[in-house]
Amino acid sequence: MKREQVVDLYFMEARAKLIDLAAFLDRVDRAPGTDDFRMAALRHALLELPGGKPDRAKRVLLSLSDPTTAPLPAATTKAASGAWPGQK
Amino acid sequence: MRYIEPHAHMVSRTTDDYLAMATSGCQAVCEPAFWAGYDRSSVAGFYDYFRQLTDYEPKRAAKFGLAHYCWLCLNPKEAEDVKLAEEVIGIIPEFLDRPSVLGIGEIGLNKNSRNELAVFEKHVDLAARHGQLILIHTPHLEDKLKGTRLIIDALKADGRVAPGRVVIDHVEEHTIQLVLEAGFWAGMTLYPESKCTAARAADMVEMYGSERLWMNSACDWGVSVPLAVPRAALEMRQRGHTAEAVDKMMYGNPVDFLSQSKNFKEKP
Repeated sequence: MKREQVVDLYFMEARAKLIDLAAFLDRVDRAPGTDDFRMAALRHALLELPGGKPDRAKRVLLSLSDPTTAPLPAATTKAASGAWPGQK
Repeated sequence: MRYIEPHAHMVSRTTDDYLAMATSGCQAVCEPAFWAGYDRSSVAGFYDYFRQLTDYEPKRAAKFGLAHYCWLCLNPKEAEDVKLAEEVIGIIPEFLDRPSVLGIGEIGLNKNSRNELAVFEKHVDLAARHGQLILIHTPHLEDKLKGTRLIIDALKADGRVAPGRVVIDHVEEHTIQLVLEAGFWAGMTLYPESKCTAARAADMVEMYGSERLWMNSACDWGVSVPLAVPRAALEMRQRGHTAEAVDKMMYGNPVDFLSQSKNFKEKP
C-alpha cells in the first residue's frame, strides 16, 4: 500500500485510540492517589513514540518487558500485569 | 475462503461458534490442552480432560463438518506442582496413538519460574522420545520476552528436537524475530486486547515474510474471538494481499506444519 492508502485505512482508528489514551491519562491524573509501577512504565513507554525511528511497536513492547534472564525461584501468581515492576 | 484454526480451546466454546467457524470456511480446528481457569486437583482430572479432547470434542465438531485435532500436556499455569506434572506426563503416552492427536502442547512458560522450566523440559523430553510435534505457549505481556528466550535456549540445549517440528505461539513484534531466526515456526494470536491485533499481524507478515508463520484465535473462556482468523484474512485483503497470499497464510502454512503429524488429514 502507498502511504496515503495506509492513512486512509487506519487514520480514524489511530485517532480514536490516541484520544482514548489521552483521556485515560487525564482520568488517572484526576483521580486521587499516586502512580504505581504500571503507570510509570506506561509513561516511560510513551517516550518511544516521538521521532522518526522505526520499530515503535517493538520498542514499546521491549520497554514494558522484564529484561532479566534468570528463572524466578517460584511463580507466586498466574497473572501478568502488563508492565515489569522493576522498571526504574 | 478456506482456513485452518490452528489454536482454539473449543471445549470452552458453544455450538454457535462451531457453526460460525464452519460457515466462514474453517476446514479443521486444532485444540491444545490448556488451563481450565482453576487448578485441577489430581491426575484423574487430566485423564478425563484428555478423554474429552480425544473422544468427545471431535464428535461435537464433526456435527458441523469440522475435523477436530488436539495437543496434549499439562499447561504451564499448573506447572508449579512438579509432582502432579510428572503424574500427568506419565499418562500422556496412553493417548498419543489416538487418531486426532497432533503432538505435545501447549507447553511452555507462564511466569518463567524454575519449576515451569523443569516441567517444560520434561514435556520436551516426552515429545522427543515419542517423535511428537510440539506447540509452545509463550508467556503473557511483560513476561513474554524473557520466557521466549528461556524456551529457545532450552530447546537448543536439548538438541533432539528439529526446529521445523516446533511452533512457538503468541509471538509479537519483540519476539517474532527471535523465533524465526532460530528456525522455529511462529504463531500470531489474534486477541482484542493482549497479544496481537489483525492489523499488527498483517504488519508482521509484511515485515518478516510469510514463511513458517500462522495466525490463530486461541479462543477460550476469556475475551477472545472465534472468527479472528477469517477477520484477519479480510484485513490482509483490504491491504492488497492477494487471495493466494491469504490462502497460504490461513490454510497452506498450517497444513504444511501440521502434515508432519501422521494424524493430520488435510494435505498440501
